Amino acid sequence: MGNPHPLERTAYELRLQIVRMMGANKAHHFGGSMSSSDIITALYFYAMRYDPKHPDWPERDRFIMSKGHCVPAQYAALAMLGVFPLDELPTLKQMGTRLQGHPAAHLLPGIEGCTGSLGQGLSFANGMAMAGRIQGHAYEVYCLIGDGETHEGQVWEAVRSTPLHCLNNVTAIIDRNRLKAMDQSYCGTDLGALADRWRAFGWQVREIDGHDMGAICDALDWAKSTDDAPCLIIAATTKGKGISFIENQPQYHNGTLTDEQLEQAIAELNARIAELSGERAS
Amino acid sequence: MTETYQTRFAYGEALLEAGKRFPQVAVLDADLYNSTRTVLFRDAFPDRFFDMGIAEMDMTSTAAGMASCGLTTYVNSFAMFVTAHCYDQIRIQICYPNLHVVLVGSSAGLTQGPDGASHQSLEDAALMRALPNMRVLSPADAIETRAMTLAAVEEIDGPVYLRLGRYPVPNMLDRDYVYQLGKAVWLRDGADVALLAHGHMVHAALLAADMLANRGVSASVINMSTIKPLDVAAVTSAMAKCARLATVEEHSIIGGLGSAVAEVMAENASGKPLLRLGTRDVFGESATADELLIKHGLTPQGICDSVLATQP
Repeated sequence: MGNPHPLERTAYELRLQIVRMMGANKAHHFGGSMSSSDIITALYFYAMRYDPKHPDWPERDRFIMSKGHCVPAQYAALAMLGVFPLDELPTLKQMGTRLQGHPAAHLLPGIEGCTGSLGQGLSFANGMAMAGRIQGHAYEVYCLIGDGETHEGQVWEAVRSTPLHCLNNVTAIIDRNRLKAMDQSYCGTDLGALADRWRAFGWQVREIDGHDMGAICDALDWAKSTDDAPCLIIAATTKGKGISFIENQPQYHNGTLTDEQLEQAIAELNARIAELSGERAS
Repeated sequence: MTETYQTRFAYGEALLEAGKRFPQVAVLDADLYNSTRTVLFRDAFPDRFFDMGIAEMDMTSTAAGMASCGLTTYVNSFAMFVTAHCYDQIRIQICYPNLHVVLVGSSAGLTQGPDGASHQSLEDAALMRALPNMRVLSPADAIETRAMTLAAVEEIDGPVYLRLGRYPVPNMLDRDYVYQLGKAVWLRDGADVALLAHGHMVHAALLAADMLANRGVSASVINMSTIKPLDVAAVTSAMAKCARLATVEEHSIIGGLGSAVAEVMAENASGKPLLRLGTRDVFGESATADELLIKHGLTPQGICDSVLATQP
């Protein structure tokens, strides 16, 4: 085993921020926020050209969270970068907060568009790419989609549009955690067909382990350097990744932790962060 | 013979003018650019035009993404596809963050004609009116269509629904007419009844007012071309000046101008009668535009008859 990727620790710190902002005794979307934490970390701390002091910088790379219920992972990244204060995170979903249950672009800097009704994010990403072309900006556009979300018909309208309009600076990432709110995304079948379906529309597709930080960064490099087609990264993930008793449990798609469970979750994440720090130091 | 115009043709020309004057204008269409008349913009500004194919939901969300980057994006299709088919996208991605997208519903109302109920949008104003941040515009003639098309980029910042018709009408407004959002235009004075109309029904209302005059009933005619924000002062003025009010629209009597005026009258304790003319909670059907207008009482004669039948 080689040394862990330095951003692995950042990803666990991001998970810790997510769990802290969600807290105990309140239903939150733990599962998808944790499964996408490594992807979000790689985007904001590695791939994207982004100036946290100027989140409206016109040349910035854009990210849109199509699976809007997982926006706590994005909130954590934006706060860790300093786009808004870390101590605002615990206001999540409270009256008067800028951190709505689903992203509100007009309220919070760093959020590009409003989602929450599934299936709409990739179309929005395409629009940002078209605007960049019209305005002469060369930014990248990233869109994170849930595997269950691909049931929505509009996703496939957008999958058709991206290559049709040669929006090759668009990269879609599917957080393939295999679970939706009730059960498995494709009832346990057919996930292999996902790559073929996107390829048939003209996308380049790469399938990776969505918790292997090196693989995520490599795939994002590949997507950025691929100029003749839009790219899809299918990231195999574990819903609830990083907290033993949440992993792969559909009830934590939108679930509630007890005080004891919260303590345990924080302890597990802290242990992992310490482990990663230790390994890196040795 | 007075020349008549379909508002969609005036729109196509005004959109081209908007493209020349405002570099931030972009246009999306869903495989109908001949019907919607965005073909003029397409030919002049191919770099700012995208034919999205028959994918209206994708088109609507794409427009939101473009608007988030500072473009003013005009979204085009037939009225029911632009509104009913994409309500969720309009609601969450455009209205909620208050993005500058101009939704243009072409061939609205019964006078779409032969295509039948699926294509006859009679609920679009109601749908759009219910959304926070949305403005609902329905021009009376070609002059107002041009003014609204330009105002939508120049004067307004946020979501706009522009409702266009297929029924040819002559110009009624002055050549130098300036459109003001939320400002009704008083076209004719009369004390017995106020006819409040939008779209090409304004012309029908003017003709109906002539007929009513011959029967000894004097009618005011008000062009309520902004359905939202409604010109409340115009409605309360009509309440003060006229014995009764009637709304006239090529739209359901539920949720459109008729409802908006009823709300103002109720909240201002008018105590005066209101007659709502429009389609009465029914779908359209295949027929010619004129046949449908006659059936639903929306010709000048039909309006006149309805007013006389309910005259106290």
